[in-house]
Amino acid sequence: MNYLMRRLATFPLVLIGVSVLVFVAIRMVPGDSITAMLGTEAGLLTPAQRDALAAYFGIDQPWFIQYWRWLLGLLHGNLGISVTYGKPVLDVILERFPLTLELALLAMIIALAVGMPAGVFAATHNEKLSDLGVRVVAMIGQSTPNFVLGLLIIYTLSAGFGVLPAMGAFSPLWQDPLRNLGQLLLPAVTLGFAFAASVTRISRSAMLDVLSDDYVRTARSKGASNRSVIWRHALPNALIPVVTLSGIEFGYLLGGAVIVEQIYALPGLGRMVLDAILQRDYALVQGSVLFIAFNFMIVNLLVDLAYVALDPRIRLGER
Amino acid sequence: MVQHLTKKLLSGMTLSGIALAALLGIAAVPVQADAATLRMAWSQDATGLDPHKQTAFSSLRLLELIYEPLVRLDTSLQITPAIADSWQFSPDGKELTFKLNPKAKFQNGAAVTSADVKASFERILDEKTSAAARANFLSIASIDTPDPATVVFHLSQPDVPILTAMSDINAAIVPASEIAAGSIGTTTIGSGPFKLEKWDPNSKEVLVANNDWAGGATGVEGIDISVLPDETAILAALRTKQIDFALLNDPLVATLVPKEAGLQLNRMPVLAYHVLQLNPSRKPMTELKVRQAISCAIDRQEVLDTASLGEGKITGPLTIPALATDPNQLFCYTRDIEKAKKLMAEAGYADGFSASVIGATGEPPTAAAEAQVIQSQLAEIGVKLDIKMMELNVYVDAWLKGDFDMAIALNGGRADPYTMYNRYWTKAGNLQKVANYIDDTLDGLMQKGRTETDPAARKVIFGDFEKHITEMSPWIWLYTSYSYTAQQKNVGGFVPVPTGSLFSLAKVTLQQ
Repeated sequence: MNYLMRRLATFPLVLIGVSVLVFVAIRMVPGDSITAMLGTEAGLLTPAQRDALAAYFGIDQPWFIQYWRWLLGLLHGNLGISVTYGKPVLDVILERFPLTLELALLAMIIALAVGMPAGVFAATHNEKLSDLGVRVVAMIGQSTPNFVLGLLIIYTLSAGFGVLPAMGAFSPLWQDPLRNLGQLLLPAVTLGFAFAASVTRISRSAMLDVLSDDYVRTARSKGASNRSVIWRHALPNALIPVVTLSGIEFGYLLGGAVIVEQIYALPGLGRMVLDAILQRDYALVQGSVLFIAFNFMIVNLLVDLAYVALDPRIRLGER
Repeated sequence: MVQHLTKKLLSGMTLSGIALAALLGIAAVPVQADAATLRMAWSQDATGLDPHKQTAFSSLRLLELIYEPLVRLDTSLQITPAIADSWQFSPDGKELTFKLNPKAKFQNGAAVTSADVKASFERILDEKTSAAARANFLSIASIDTPDPATVVFHLSQPDVPILTAMSDINAAIVPASEIAAGSIGTTTIGSGPFKLEKWDPNSKEVLVANNDWAGGATGVEGIDISVLPDETAILAALRTKQIDFALLNDPLVATLVPKEAGLQLNRMPVLAYHVLQLNPSRKPMTELKVRQAISCAIDRQEVLDTASLGEGKITGPLTIPALATDPNQLFCYTRDIEKAKKLMAEAGYADGFSASVIGATGEPPTAAAEAQVIQSQLAEIGVKLDIKMMELNVYVDAWLKGDFDMAIALNGGRADPYTMYNRYWTKAGNLQKVANYIDDTLDGLMQKGRTETDPAARKVIFGDFEKHITEMSPWIWLYTSYSYTAQQKNVGGFVPVPTGSLFSLAKVTLQQ
């Protein structure tokens, strides 16, 4: 419990660090909200016009004053207003987050459902032809960029079969579950493919390690069936690296899968952050990066807690 | 046997297509929820809703369907009525009078009156508004409204191009009441053919027909616009009949459309032009002969063929069909390497020099390819180009500061040469520090063109302008491309125009 409290206490410090970094970084990039909106036409503005626009976008003050104002707002639970959406930043993020969360969960389910059995299969058939086959597919999976796979899927479906998941407007799960799954299944497969490949490789190598351990030999000599040795004795102990990998990947996916969202035209968090950066919507960039960082910390914490559940020998926070 | 197998394979594919569609929760043959709603897609969304402030291409395309200016341009760039029924310049060219269409109504039911016109232009001219088009209307000294249907603009000097500038959606007429309420940009009350029912930025727009539109009934009950950022996905959506109509930017994608049986590609040469901007304030581009050598060393046709698959037309500075000079009559439009080398030697750069060229990633999609072709062409006269591709905003920042040796650019065109170029090629031009070149001849010709009312005389003036500037070679004009729209063959009545406007969607119909 102490460990949990201590970890939670570090959250605000990390978030402040993240916010300063983002705040400074986005302002160091040339261009501002005015050039983002007007492009080269911004050159036609008179100084008075420019000042009026700077005041509108809230970029008329030095950056540290802007930061201080933003921080004060944050303490009151206000992440600012997005100039692109004309709405509070938190509202915009929360509108986009369900899609991202669902996509990340689906991709993880696909990755674990495919990757773990494939990894176990490869490990138990070590150096046989079938092991080689799994390893080759995993290698292809890891080295195929998302956009190649996504475009291939879209092209094959539309040109070969004349079908395509509905793109553009998104239907939330609770409004139209069938349409929702129709929209998210292929993006999840696209994301899950590389993820599954990583899971396959890591679970294979973890299983190989565990299968050569003494306790596995003991179990076998005691007459335990092959199935029981693999699934009851070996697999639980091989799970720790899989959980670590899945945690990192899942945390990463919660930040939005920019390329996949772009290809499938899904209005998720990743595309929103990309658009916000391109449009120099400072409040939205800051708010969403903070949100993503927070999610990442939560996922990390959950991964640490999962270690304890998987291996009672691990005591968190003890020196 | 082969035929039998093919049939079997095809029926197998159809069946698996249906099965796949069922699995994905979608229909293999999509059923339109509302047959009279046009389903449209584009890759870039509008960036805002204030017609006086927006300059992004996609914002203008959206706002043209909601708001109206006083006049409009047709497909041959002639001025036609919009909110104004008729207009007239006084003989001295210093007074411009408009009679408004008595049927014109805002979407809140109020009639469009001269007071709204006056308030709209006063808003554009107010520096606090930050209207980008303000620079085009600085000759307006005062505005009179003798009656609700008449507006008189008093000009400080004769200004012929002002009428064309008034056709731009950046000069849209908005309700005076909304200006007073400070709600322009948050509410959208125009007098155009459609009302904006919903806007979810970077995702979708829903437009519904404005039944009170003075232009008559629209051909469809509404338009649903989806933002599909990847243009190959737009093509896929067209292929599967998920959408009826789409705007395309990438020639590589557009040229694939005619290969699809059910689809039609609309191509229209546009006013925007691809150009290699030299910076004549930086050595050695300060030397006329160096700039001319660069112009002679570039094979414009090769740039067009390689970077844009030949999708476009070689152009001089003027892209307006009625005024453009035949490019073959312009300085060094036929590649002449020997002449280029000679000019370099005369300028003292026989061994060449090194310089950098900036370009924006994806804006236009051909930018990087153009830079690469030019790099290889200039290498033949010893110019070593370092290509710097950057994010659009970073590029714009450097461009506005004139912080580049050379820049690959796609600059917007206007229907009037003065409005198009006064920002660069007059002594008081707002973008002189981007152009970094001006001489008395250029400035004089621009001022003459501004006040000349006779179309034949204007053509001569701007012809001279074109010849002079290509000889001075501050920029190397390359080509104009096409605007592309793709549609299902049951979409009827769309008329593309050189400005890229989608206004004719107002009269588009969907045949069943």
